[in-house]
Amino acid sequence: MQSKQTPLYDEHKKLNATIVDFCGWQMPVSYAGALQEHEACRSDVGVFDTSHMGNFIFKGDISEINKATTIDIYALQSNKCKYGFLLNDKGGVIDDLIIYKFSDEHLMIIVNAGTCKNDFDILSQRINNQGELRDISDELTKIDIQGPNSIKVLQPYFKDINLDDMKFFSFVECKYNNEYAILSRTGYTGEIGFEIYVPNSQAVHLWKRLLDDNVTPCGLGSRDLLRLEMGYSLYGNELNENITPLEASLDMFVNLDRDFIGKDALLEQKQHGIKQKLYPFISNQRRVARKGFRAYQNNKEVGCVTSGGFSPALKTSIGLVMCKSESFNPKDGFILQDEQGRAKIPAKVSSLPFLKNKYINT
Amino acid sequence: MKFNKEHEWCKEENDVISIGISEYAIKQLGDITFIEMPEIGSNVSKGDSVAFVESVKAASDIYTPISGEIVSINEAIEDEPQKLNEDAYDNFIFKIKPSSITEIDELMSEDEYNKYLDSL
Repeated sequence: MQSKQTPLYDEHKKLNATIVDFCGWQMPVSYAGALQEHEACRSDVGVFDTSHMGNFIFKGDISEINKATTIDIYALQSNKCKYGFLLNDKGGVIDDLIIYKFSDEHLMIIVNAGTCKNDFDILSQRINNQGELRDISDELTKIDIQGPNSIKVLQPYFKDINLDDMKFFSFVECKYNNEYAILSRTGYTGEIGFEIYVPNSQAVHLWKRLLDDNVTPCGLGSRDLLRLEMGYSLYGNELNENITPLEASLDMFVNLDRDFIGKDALLEQKQHGIKQKLYPFISNQRRVARKGFRAYQNNKEVGCVTSGGFSPALKTSIGLVMCKSESFNPKDGFILQDEQGRAKIPAKVSSLPFLKNKYINT
Repeated sequence: MKFNKEHEWCKEENDVISIGISEYAIKQLGDITFIEMPEIGSNVSKGDSVAFVESVKAASDIYTPISGEIVSINEAIEDEPQKLNEDAYDNFIFKIKPSSITEIDELMSEDEYNKYLDSL
């Protein structure tokens, strides 16, 4: 299948970005270099093209879609969004997603690129003709602006909105260049930042304006380092259909007092004990324990790395590791080893986020 | 300066050969974050994997183009591997005392290496 291009593809090419195929999309992995881009987001401001992500609009009675995911839409205020999961009946994660609530009858759902089509099919079945679900992924461009200077840069673009007053996970419908846009106080980096949704016709205008304002273009490489430093999960690494949110240590995003598909399996798992659990790890070495490296304690295999990377901020190797509850002792150190047994990286369990003193997500 | 097809460079000075990674290879790797150095005093043969570099997106072995004894490593880039991204030819990785004086002659000249890169 021919991989798709976002409306900003030509802009990425002009900047000489390294382009890779990511979930069927030709996406920039880096421009000047992942470390520089990471630094821009941590100390200044960076911009990401995230238009590959899926985007659905729901209109109608929310009683069915409210049970389709872990997110309690009734409990959510209008103009707020919330992170949660689309689960299968075994409690496994079909996708992680964010629901934006415009009103009790109008939602936007942001999903991962690789799972978009499947998500749409499953959600369509689950809403059971209660309301209308539409895939508008190809109509909107999503651009993320992240970093401590994001408010300073963006305020002149949205003169009617006081960006300082916007709470984390709130959003507003607004105008960009006289066209409909959504401005959301969200991100995947741990920094103060925004995600902007504009019609494709405005994508290049917005992108060029940001670059003219000296915002650093950032690729998927730095995005992965930034999210890993915060310990955020990545679908396909920490989450998949065989891993539940409880196993991925994401309990705080699941309310078991309400009904949703997959809840019974989660309750049962809680009752009978969780067989595997995700832990953040930190090493005192620079060498990275990549996805697939095995964890050993007392020469016994106890887990498997789901994501690993070099933290530019901490100058050491960090990551997430899925461990077997019966054999892993989180209080003790462990060794992370590649398949050939060449790399042996000592590590210990860390707390999250790896990077302290970051913006608190409240 | 001489090159091999694995994108390593060799510079001979006072009977010792400095070995590093070519600019082309560094560009391919992207930001370097880690280097595993060979042990000083170890004897290695041409083609042995003696060091290891890791970047944000990839990892690669470094195979020595020359047989001999490792006499020195570049400790400065061990602590700051990103220096390699700044200048590939100013920063050697290790130095070797060659056991054969002919091996370096078998490597490509800079012109030959550039032609080789064009063919890739």
